Amino acid sequence: MSILVFVEHLDGKLKKQAGELVSYAAQISPDVTLLAIGKVSQDELAKMGRYGASNCIHIQEPGLEMQDNQAYARWIAEIAEKEGTDLIIMANSAFGKALAPRLSVRLKAGLVAGVVDLPTTDQGFRVKKKVFNGKAFAMVQILTSRKILTLNSNACPLIEKPTELQYQVFSQTQVPANAAMELVEKSQASSGNLLTEASIVVSGGRGMRDPSNWAHLETLAQQLNAALACSKPVSDEGWRSHSEHVGQTGKTIAPDLYVAVGISGAVQHLAGVSSSKTIVAINTDKEAPIFEVADYGMVADALEVLPMLIQSVNKLHSS
Amino acid sequence: MKNSVIFDYKQIKLKPTIMHIIVCISHVPDTTTKIRFSGEMSALDTQGVKWVINPWDDLSLTRAIELREDAQSGVARLTVALVGDASAEPTLRKALAMGADDAIRIDADPADSYTVAVQLAEALKEEDYQLILCGIESSDHNSSAVGGMLAELLNIPSVSSVSSIESQQGSFVVVSESEGGREKVRLNHPFLAVCQKGVAIDPRIPSMRGVMSARTKPLKVVTPKGSDAFTQTLTYVYPQAKGQCRFFDDTDALVNALKNEAKVL
Repeated sequence: MSILVFVEHLDGKLKKQAGELVSYAAQISPDVTLLAIGKVSQDELAKMGRYGASNCIHIQEPGLEMQDNQAYARWIAEIAEKEGTDLIIMANSAFGKALAPRLSVRLKAGLVAGVVDLPTTDQGFRVKKKVFNGKAFAMVQILTSRKILTLNSNACPLIEKPTELQYQVFSQTQVPANAAMELVEKSQASSGNLLTEASIVVSGGRGMRDPSNWAHLETLAQQLNAALACSKPVSDEGWRSHSEHVGQTGKTIAPDLYVAVGISGAVQHLAGVSSSKTIVAINTDKEAPIFEVADYGMVADALEVLPMLIQSVNKLHSS
Repeated sequence: MKNSVIFDYKQIKLKPTIMHIIVCISHVPDTTTKIRFSGEMSALDTQGVKWVINPWDDLSLTRAIELREDAQSGVARLTVALVGDASAEPTLRKALAMGADDAIRIDADPADSYTVAVQLAEALKEEDYQLILCGIESSDHNSSAVGGMLAELLNIPSVSSVSSIESQQGSFVVVSESEGGREKVRLNHPFLAVCQKGVAIDPRIPSMRGVMSARTKPLKVVTPKGSDAFTQTLTYVYPQAKGQCRFFDDTDALVNALKNEAKVL
């Protein structure tokens, strides 16, 4: 089976999930080709050989001012046709969500999004995916010969499988600028700790009582090299920016450690964080639903506990 | 010498184009509903399920209504479209009560994302539209696929992860926001925007007058075209129950457990 793995990068560095995608693919087949678009070095891409990628195709200069989904889908489809790709694997990220559906139609390839486990192939190609915001999983069979999967973060651990990676530059057919689209302005995300990429996320809810109390959470986040998040009421109140809202309509995250401070854990909130590996909850109400999903908890006032927690982490770092 | 007539083209006020927005919505169990399965875990048990407009579609629809109400926007018609059987009609009526002008229901089983996108594409081909809005995800199958598939089937540009839509002099300016950054793009119609939170923050609540007027607004039922699904959902499983939460009184002990037991620090 020939697999094409699309990897994303930011500021010249491959995203955390790239290695997971390649590790996943290499467990299905030894024929794994990496595909990257844009400014990232050959050396950075070569790192993926460690997880079993044997080939790499790089579109170095997309020559597009903005993300033109039609153009990108055309290129990736062209490469998949040329390579005889049977399976395309992407991250279930903003980019994957924009591109995978277009590719599915273009290549007549069945798409399963939000995959959490390896496929089984003894009775057709079946994969497990998250549904109902994490309240269940579905086993889905892909009925087409070509297939596309987008993977959730943490769907696969990193597995070393050192392979020599052949690198080639794809000389794409020039796509004329889309006459219907005109770029007004553009800003790159800061390379700071991205919420969706962070291994540790520290999150505050209404139990923080006042936006000025976020100084404690900021200190803790800095100590742990964590990203900051918040619950919906907090962003609705304007205490924090909507970009920090995790939960159903906000961001969905799956860090190794999620620390929920003063968050009761409404079902909408849990929808965005339940895939976290370890959840710590600090809340005054022992009956709060957040404790049903938490691994570790403290029944306490957020503002009393935070200074102590910061001290404890300090002690750990200095020991 | 005659005075030459100076004609300033910028002074000409172009009559705003009359625009038509279509919002694709899906009908999903309310997030607070307990999810159960029937038929040996092969289908959702719909007994006792409260049905709502998918939360992301609800936000897209809310923004479309705001544009429809803004006399400057040039948006003169707002249609909602849904793929599903007659049991989904209350959901369409709710959308009409919120402020849509008319509704289309394609009478097909929403078997998978591809089937839904094909049915929508077939029905929308008959319409004259400038902008199609879809929510970025549905809260039942979490597939984020219908919007992108529909744009590809209709062969129109799409912008994903849209957090803002403004109408400016007969065109639309949208902001796409993702992990990679932010892009503000002006688009000439027709195009499709796949929307996330930000286009609106909270969904519109229908007024009593809206509910009354929704009863008589046009709702067209369309016969589906034949199409083959790409995927088939076989069974559902519940997540493994989480172990009990371990409670601590002391932050040192908690940090120690995170370091040595959970190994996340």
